[in-house]
Amino acid sequence: MNQLETELQLLKSEVINMWTLVSSQLTKAKASMINFDKDLAREVVLKERRVNGSELKIDRDCENIFALLTPVAVDLRFVLAVLKINSNLERIGDIAEGIAKYILSLETPFKPELLEATYINKMYDESIGILQDTLAAFENEDTLLARKVFKKDEYLDEINIKANELIEGYIKTNPEDINQALYTLSIIRKLERVGDQSKNISEEIIFYLEAKVLKHKHSH
Amino acid sequence: MESTIVKSVDYNAYFGDNHVVKNVNIEIPKNHVIAVMGPSGCGKTTFLRGINRMHELIPNAKATGKILLNNEDVMQMHPIFVRLKIGMVFQRPNPFPNLSIYDNVIAGYKLNGIKLPKDKKDQIVEESLTKVALWKEVKDSLTKKGSFLSGGQQQRLCIARAVAMAPEVLLFDEPTSALDPISTSTVEELFHELKKNYTLIIVTHNMQQAARVSDRTAFFYVGELVEYDDTKKMFTNPKDIRTQNYITGRFS
Repeated sequence: MNQLETELQLLKSEVINMWTLVSSQLTKAKASMINFDKDLAREVVLKERRVNGSELKIDRDCENIFALLTPVAVDLRFVLAVLKINSNLERIGDIAEGIAKYILSLETPFKPELLEATYINKMYDESIGILQDTLAAFENEDTLLARKVFKKDEYLDEINIKANELIEGYIKTNPEDINQALYTLSIIRKLERVGDQSKNISEEIIFYLEAKVLKHKHSH
Repeated sequence: MESTIVKSVDYNAYFGDNHVVKNVNIEIPKNHVIAVMGPSGCGKTTFLRGINRMHELIPNAKATGKILLNNEDVMQMHPIFVRLKIGMVFQRPNPFPNLSIYDNVIAGYKLNGIKLPKDKKDQIVEESLTKVALWKEVKDSLTKKGSFLSGGQQQRLCIARAVAMAPEVLLFDEPTSALDPISTSTVEELFHELKKNYTLIIVTHNMQQAARVSDRTAFFYVGELVEYDDTKKMFTNPKDIRTQNYITGRFS
C-alpha cells in the first residue's frame, strides 16, 4: 500500500468514527426527548464539541492530502466527497445538539399522545435509519444502498408536510400544550433536515464511486 | 472544428524481434499539447521517435503502419524534411557546447547547408529566442557559448533551436526531468505560449506535469495505447482500470 492509500484509509476510518459519533448523538437526542432525560441532553450538548473537533481534523487531513499527495481520479473524487460528507455530518451533529437544547429548556416531559399524534418517533427512527444506511453505503462502497436513501428521504418529507396540519389539530384540542406542540414541530423540521443531509451524503457517495453527479437533479 | 495534424495508423515499432509499439492509432489535433505517459518501457519514447523518423536511425529498428503529417505519409517524405517539420527536444539540454548562443539557434540551417543573409539570421535568432522567453535574458550575450547558460536556459535555447526551423510539430522527450522546479515551471509556462503556433507532443514521467500542461493525454502500457482522452477526463474519471491504477500509483 502506498502512502496515499494509507492516508485515504486513515481518512476513511476518521469519517466512519465521526459518522458513528453523529449517529449516537442523534439516538441520544431521541432518548433524551422520550425519557425527558436532561442529563443525556446535556451529554449531547457537550459532545457536540467532539463532532466539531472531528470536522476540523477531517478538513485539515483533506487539505494535507491535496497539498502533499495530489490525488487524482477515484482518489480525488473520494477526498472531494469526504470534504462535503464531513460538512453534512457536522450539520447533523448540530441538529442533535439543537434538539438536546430544546429538551434542556423544557420544564415538563412531552406528552405521549402528542408524540404519537405527530409520528415523531417514526420520524426519528427513519432519520437515524437513513443515516446508518448512508454509513453502510460508504463503508461498503454500496451505491445501491446509497440510492435507497433517496426513497426514504421522501418518506421523511411526507411526514414533515403533514406535520403542520397534525400540530394544528393537536393544538386545537389541547391548547394548554401549545408550547410542547411548537417544540415538537421544530424537532420534526430538524429531523427532516437530517433526511436532506443524508441525501446529500448519498449523492457524494455515488459521485465518488461512479463519477456521476446527481446534485440538483430531480429524479435519481 | 479541430484539424488533425499528426495521425498514426496501425503503427508498430520493433527493435529486432522486440515488438515495442503495438498497433497504435491516434489523432493529434493542431495547436494542442498532448502528453504521453506510461511506465518505463511502455513504448512512449519509441512512439515519439517514430513520429519524426528517428526510430529508424537505431540499428535493427523497424516500423510498420503509417505516421501521417497533414495527411501525408512521413515515410514517403525525405527524413530531413520530416525533422524540419517535426522538431525534437530531448531530456538533457544539449546545446552545441562550442557554438555561441546565436549560432546554436541557427544551427539547423548551418547543418543543413542553408545559407541565409545576416539580417534574416538576426531576425530568426531574435524571433526564436523571444518565442521561448529567452531573448531578454541573453540579447546582450549572444556571442557567449550556449553552455554558459543555466540548465533551464539551455533547455529553452534547445527549444529555440527547434523553433528556428519553423516546424509545425514539436516533440519533447522528458523535457524537464533534468531541470530544477523553477526552470521546470518556466518551461511549462512556455508550452502554453508555444501551442499558439505549434503542436506539442510531450513524453513525461511526471503525471502532475501532464495534468498541468496538456490538453489531451495518451496512456501507453506494454506497447499499447490504452487510453487517449481529454486530460481533465483522464485525471478525474479515466475509462480504463489500467489508466486509473497507473495515475493513482496502484500499478504493480
